[in-house]
Amino acid sequence: MEAVIKTERLTKHFGDFYAVNEITFEVGRGEIFGFLGANGAGKTTAMRMLIGLSKPSSGNASIAGFDVYHETEKIKKNIGYMSQKFSLYEDLTVMENVRFFGGIYGLSGKTLREKSESLVEQLGLQSARKKLVGSLPLGWKQKLSFSVAILHDPKIVFLDEPTGGVDPVTRRQFWDLIYAATLKGMTVFVTTHYMDEAEYCNRISIMVDGRIKALGSPADLRQHYHASSMDEVFYKLAREAERTAD
Amino acid sequence: MVSINTLSKTYDKSDIPAVDSISLQIAAGELFGLIGPDGAGKTTLFRMLTTLLLPDSGSATVDGFDIVKDYKKIRNHVGYMPGRFSLYQDLTVEENLNFFATLFGTTVEENYHLIKDIYIQIEPFKHRRAGKLSGGMKQKLALSCALIHKPKVLFLDEPTTGVDPVSRKEFWEMLKRLKEQGITILVSTPYMDEATLCDRIALIQGGKILAVDTPLSIVKQYPETLYAVRAGEIPRLLLDLRKYENTLQCFTFGEYLHFSLKHDHSGAIPEVRNYLELQRHTDLAIMPVVPTIEDCFIRLLKQY
Repeated sequence: MEAVIKTERLTKHFGDFYAVNEITFEVGRGEIFGFLGANGAGKTTAMRMLIGLSKPSSGNASIAGFDVYHETEKIKKNIGYMSQKFSLYEDLTVMENVRFFGGIYGLSGKTLREKSESLVEQLGLQSARKKLVGSLPLGWKQKLSFSVAILHDPKIVFLDEPTGGVDPVTRRQFWDLIYAATLKGMTVFVTTHYMDEAEYCNRISIMVDGRIKALGSPADLRQHYHASSMDEVFYKLAREAERTAD
Repeated sequence: MVSINTLSKTYDKSDIPAVDSISLQIAAGELFGLIGPDGAGKTTLFRMLTTLLLPDSGSATVDGFDIVKDYKKIRNHVGYMPGRFSLYQDLTVEENLNFFATLFGTTVEENYHLIKDIYIQIEPFKHRRAGKLSGGMKQKLALSCALIHKPKVLFLDEPTTGVDPVSRKEFWEMLKRLKEQGITILVSTPYMDEATLCDRIALIQGGKILAVDTPLSIVKQYPETLYAVRAGEIPRLLLDLRKYENTLQCFTFGEYLHFSLKHDHSGAIPEVRNYLELQRHTDLAIMPVVPTIEDCFIRLLKQY
């Protein structure tokens, strides 16, 4: 397995509060890796270090072969990122958003035009190209946001609760897009509160109080914790948490 | 306790109604769930019922009072917990609670029994400012404040959105105990798995009600036999089953795919198995399953 995300005892503390406490794991190329944990377990802090937005206190990590201390700009060029909170500019149209973000990631001219066209076509958004993103339903925004995040063919895409509040049909269409991306060799790193979505991942980790308490395929974890569903596994682990949420 | 008749609302900037001629009857003491995704119209409906927004047409009563004419009376008799945290961030836990009690002409002592179970968990932090609380604690304080005047009806707008599964479970246990105190509760949620915790539910999408019933009856009304299927390669299995001519619906569901057939008969499943084996799928398992509320929702949306 060629590892595209590698962390070794990665730690971030704020004073004596260890938000992320010595986490070690690897994610292979083309894998869908689910990053789970209760509110306040340290997921967001960990993710911010992995995408080069926050400097670790100690430990090591490399993302797509680049070091999280010294090569954060290279990391940013080689990854895609989307979250439920930050997505697209609501007062720009669909096409304007696609061109803007494509431009930021260094696409231009013919490549950008072709990629924009095929994106809009794939999502069936031809009739909405000139609509303001703010007027689209949430499900469409999230699908568009994902497609924009991977427009520059990043090696890894980080998704922070991409499907929160989205209807069950759109949620599944979103996962169809994720599957399609991994078939092209892209690695997907995703957080979610929907335990059925944990099952769609190749492997998952569960964070409790800043540490990774469990790591494996959904089937392995279910077996190990004698649970019939991921919901049960999560509940068994997370209720031992000492930290309060957030 | 709550009676809604063809209630509609369209916002100025939109040409699509947010709430489209909704009618519902909710009995006293019921724990009623409004289940639907973001943008379904849940918040708009709640805001009309709590007299914060005027309907375009239709009518509704809460505890016998009209939501337009008797809005002042309704405000005295309902508790409302909006989706966004809306207590005073720079008042302490205790100050917020006292403020809401005073506003409704009561005292914390008078109705302490109602909030005791919930408030006791945040009481150690009663001198902390509300803005400095964790998400879970804010939620408990907001619920305490919405309850302190002993409302007849409690409106909870997406109280568990963005909350992890453990805290969600705890929150629903609190609701069950409140229901035992005789309070009518209307709660909205985008999480389909929470539907089974309600007495009755309405599935809502695009401003319209798709179905209203007990969770059990909604599941029983599922029109086809639903099957769960699994194989070595799930993504390829999904594509192949969607291509199969007798497939009505097929979608991912946790570690399985769920699917139903256009024409189900005794030989139908062996045929499916045959087809999948020809496509070289291995480790095949196919079995009938009881639909969940999420399956019903997908069926009602008539997609896939």
